[in-house]
Amino acid sequence: MATPEVTSGARPRLRAEGRRWGEDAIKGVLALCALVSVLTTAGIVIALLEPAIEFFRFVSLREFFTTTRWAPLFEPASFGVLPLLNGTFLVTAIAVAVCMPFGLGAAIYLSEYARPRVRKTLKPAFEVLAGIPTVVFGFFALTFVTPLLRSIGIEVEIFNALSAGLVMGVMLLPTVASLSEDAMTAVPQSLRDGAYALGSSRLQVSTRIVVPAAISGIVASYVLAISRAVGETMIVLIAAGQLARVTFDPQLAIQTMTAFIAATGTGDVPRGTVDYNTIFAVGLTLFVITFAMNMVSIRLVRRYREVYE
Amino acid sequence: MPPMETTAAPVKIAGMRVETAGARELPAQREVLFDVKDLRVTYAGVPALDGVSLEIYRNYITAFIGPSGCGKSTFIRCFNRLNDMIPSASVEGSVLYHGEDLYGKDVDPVEVRKLIGMVFQKPNPFPKSIYDNIAFGPRVLGMKDGLDERVEQALHQAALWDEVKDRLKESALSLSGGQQQRLCIARCLAVEPEVILMDEPASALDPISTTRIEDLMHELKRNYTIVIVTHNMQQAARVADKTAFFSVDVAPDGNRRTGILVEYDDTSKIFTTPADKRTEDYVTGRFG
Amino acid sequence: MSAGSLRLRGRSRADHARGALFQGLLLFSLAIGFVTLGVLLFDVLQRGLPYLDLALLTNAPSTDPQIAGARPAILATVYMMVILLVTVLPIGVATAIYLEEYANKERWYNRLLDLNIQNLAAVPSIVYGILGLAFLVRGLGLGRVLLAGALILTLLVLPIVIVSSREAIRAVPDSIRQGGYALGATQWQVIWRQVLPSAIPGIATGSILALARAIGETAPLILVGALTYVSFNPTIMGPFTALPIQIYQYISRPQEEFKLIAAAAIIVLLAILLTMNAFAIWLRNRYQKRW
Repeated sequence: MATPEVTSGARPRLRAEGRRWGEDAIKGVLALCALVSVLTTAGIVIALLEPAIEFFRFVSLREFFTTTRWAPLFEPASFGVLPLLNGTFLVTAIAVAVCMPFGLGAAIYLSEYARPRVRKTLKPAFEVLAGIPTVVFGFFALTFVTPLLRSIGIEVEIFNALSAGLVMGVMLLPTVASLSEDAMTAVPQSLRDGAYALGSSRLQVSTRIVVPAAISGIVASYVLAISRAVGETMIVLIAAGQLARVTFDPQLAIQTMTAFIAATGTGDVPRGTVDYNTIFAVGLTLFVITFAMNMVSIRLVRRYREVYE
Repeated sequence: MPPMETTAAPVKIAGMRVETAGARELPAQREVLFDVKDLRVTYAGVPALDGVSLEIYRNYITAFIGPSGCGKSTFIRCFNRLNDMIPSASVEGSVLYHGEDLYGKDVDPVEVRKLIGMVFQKPNPFPKSIYDNIAFGPRVLGMKDGLDERVEQALHQAALWDEVKDRLKESALSLSGGQQQRLCIARCLAVEPEVILMDEPASALDPISTTRIEDLMHELKRNYTIVIVTHNMQQAARVADKTAFFSVDVAPDGNRRTGILVEYDDTSKIFTTPADKRTEDYVTGRFG
Repeated sequence: MSAGSLRLRGRSRADHARGALFQGLLLFSLAIGFVTLGVLLFDVLQRGLPYLDLALLTNAPSTDPQIAGARPAILATVYMMVILLVTVLPIGVATAIYLEEYANKERWYNRLLDLNIQNLAAVPSIVYGILGLAFLVRGLGLGRVLLAGALILTLLVLPIVIVSSREAIRAVPDSIRQGGYALGATQWQVIWRQVLPSAIPGIATGSILALARAIGETAPLILVGALTYVSFNPTIMGPFTALPIQIYQYISRPQEEFKLIAAAAIIVLLAILLTMNAFAIWLRNRYQKRW
C-alpha cells in the first residue's frame, strides 16, 4: 500500500545573514602576514642588486672574477674577487672534510646501531652543538685550537684558515648528522630485514643498503653544510684573518667573502662610493652561490621524501 | 506528530535471520525532505559517483549499503556539503532540501551544516571536557543562553546522561569508544539539527555499543531524519526503513570505477525480493 | 648423516674485525662532536669563571679590564628579545595558519611561498645584515638603532617560527576539524577554538628555539650598526650593542685579560641559551598531546 507523499513546504534558512565579512577579512590578514616572507626575499634581492649593478658599471665582470688581487681601498684599487672566493673555498673545504665523513658516521651509528633509548638521549645532546652561537666557536678557534695546533707542531699563523675550518666542520656535524639520519630512518625497515634475512652483517646492510637508499637525503645534507660553511661569518671573522690572498696553504691567514662584508660594513664608508658598493657586489656573489646550493638541497630532500613518504 | 504505523518484518540476510525488533514505526504521510536529481561527483575530473537520483523522507531512517569504493561516503557527504573541503571535488546535479537546492548560488555551507549534522566513523571528540564538547556547537552558533540545559538535554537524547552526569568536567577522551560515539551524537544534537547523517557510526565499536547506537537511532527518528552509511547488511535490515544499494560500475577498459545507485526501496523489499540481480547477488552474499 | 656440517658460526675473524672497526669508526665520529663540545665548555668555564662576578653584569664596558662589564649589552639583548617576541610570533603563526588551513596547495603561488620560506631559512645571516643595512638603516632612515637590529633578527628567525608552527598545526588530526565543520562552525571558529589551542605547545617550543637562535646571532647586527663600545644603557631608538657583539669586541682587544672577560660573557650567554632550550624541551614534553 503506497503511503501518500508530500513535499515539505517549510523553507529552510540556507543563506547566511550577511556575507561572512569576518571570514574574508581574516583570510586577508593571514595572507598579508604570509606576504612578509615574500617581501623579505624581494628586499634582499633589491638590496643586493641595486648597488651591485652600479658597482659593475664601474668594475667589469671580467675584472671582478679573474683578477687575483683584492684591494679596494688601496691606490691603485684592484677589484678581483678571486682571493675572497679562495679564502671561502679553503675554509669550506677543510670544514667539509671534517663534517662529511664524521657527520655521516654519526648518522649511521644513530640510525643503524644505537638502541632506541640511547638514540633518544644522544640525538638531542648532539643538537646542543648546533645551538652554540658562532661567536663562541670563533672564540674557541682563536684561543684554543690555534695554540693547540701550534703546540703539536703545525706552524699556523695567529689567524689562519685551518683552525677556522676545523671548528666550522665540528659546528656543521649536527647539520649533516641530523639530515642524513632523517633520510636513513625513512628507509623502510623491510629493506633491512630482507638483507639481514640473507645473512648480511650490520656493516653490509648499513653501507650497501641503507646509505644508497638514503643517498638523496645524505647529499642534501652535504650541500646544505657547504652552503652554511660558505655563508658563515663569525668563526672566520674572529679566527681566519683579514688578509685577502690567493693560497692553498691553510696555515696562513686569509679573508673570506663574509669576513670582508662584515669588516667593511662596520666602517663608515660613505654611501654610493665604489667602496661601499663592494659590500653588495660580494654579497650578491655570496647570495647567488648559497641560493643555488639551497635549491639543490631542497630538491634533493623533496625527492627522498617523495619516495618514502 | 503524524500517526505512526507499525510494520514488523523479520527478514533473512545472507542466510541469517534478522529480527527487526518491534517498532518499524513510520509516519502515515510520507514527506520528501531531500530530492536528489542526477547527482555526479568528480575528484579532479575523475567521476566517483554518477547518475544518482532518489528521495529521502522525513523521520525515516535511510541506509546506504554497498561494497567498498562505491561512493556511499562521498554521497552522504554531499548532503552537508562536507565535500566542499576537498579542493579537487566537484558536484553536479541538484540536491533539494525542502525544495531548496543545497548547492544553489547563495547558499552558505555553514548554514547548511547547522541544519544537517554528521557523526563520523571513528569517534572524534574534541580534546576538551565532556561539557565543553557538547557546548562547543551552541557556543559557536551563538546559542549562549541556557547552555547547561542544552547540554543536559543533548546527553539525555543520546542516552549518555546517566553515565556522565557526575563527571561533566572530565576529559572526553577518558570515555570508552561507545560512549565517545554517543558523545559525538549528543554534540551533534546540541545544535538542534533537522537531519543526522551517520557515516558508518558503529563500525569502530564493539557489538554491545553497536546495539545501543542502533536502539538510539530508533528513538531519535521520532524527532530527526537519519541517513546512515553502513557496510553491515544486517545492521541496515535492523534499523533502516528504506535502503539504497550502491555498486561500482567498471568502465570497459577496466580503469574507471564509478559509483552508481542500483536500487532504492523499502528495506524489506531490498532484502527479500530485490528487483535488480546485482542487489540480489549482494544481499545474498554472492559477492561484496 | 649430513654431508657437511652446518656452518652457523661461519663468519670469519676478518669479518668480525671489520665490523668492530667500522663500529668503532662510527662511535669515533659521534665522539668528535661530543668531545669538542666538552672541551669547548671546559675551556670557556676555565677561563671565564674567575671573571664571572656581579661586576660583569652591572658594569659598563671599560678600557680597564678590572671593572669592565657587559651591562648595556645584556640589557640590549633583553630588549631585543621582547621586541622579537612581539613581532615574530604573530606574523609567523599567522603565516603558518594561512599555509596550513587556507592556502590551496595546488596553486603555484602557494607552492612558491612554501619554497621561499624554505630558502629564507638557509640564507646566510650576513645577507640579512645587508638587507638591514640597505633598507632599515639607510633606506627607511631608522639609523643604527636597536629597533633596526631587532627587526632584522625578526626576519632572520621568521622561517623557523613558521616551520615549527606549521608542524604543530599539522599535527592536529583532521577528524577534529571535520567534527567542528560538521557542527556548523566556520573555518576560523574551528581554527581559533580547536586547532590553535591544541597547537600552542608546539608553537611555543618552536618560538623559544627561534628566540634562542636570534640571541646568539652576531653578523647581522654588525652590519646594522651595533656599536662595539657602548657604555650607556640602550634605548629602543638609540645606538645599541648586544651580548654577542660585546663578546666579539672583547675578543678583538689585544690585551689577554679581555679575552678572559669575553669568556665570562660567553658563560652568561650560554647560560641564557641553556635555560631557554631546557624550558622549550620541558614545555614540549609536558604538553605533548598524544592523539
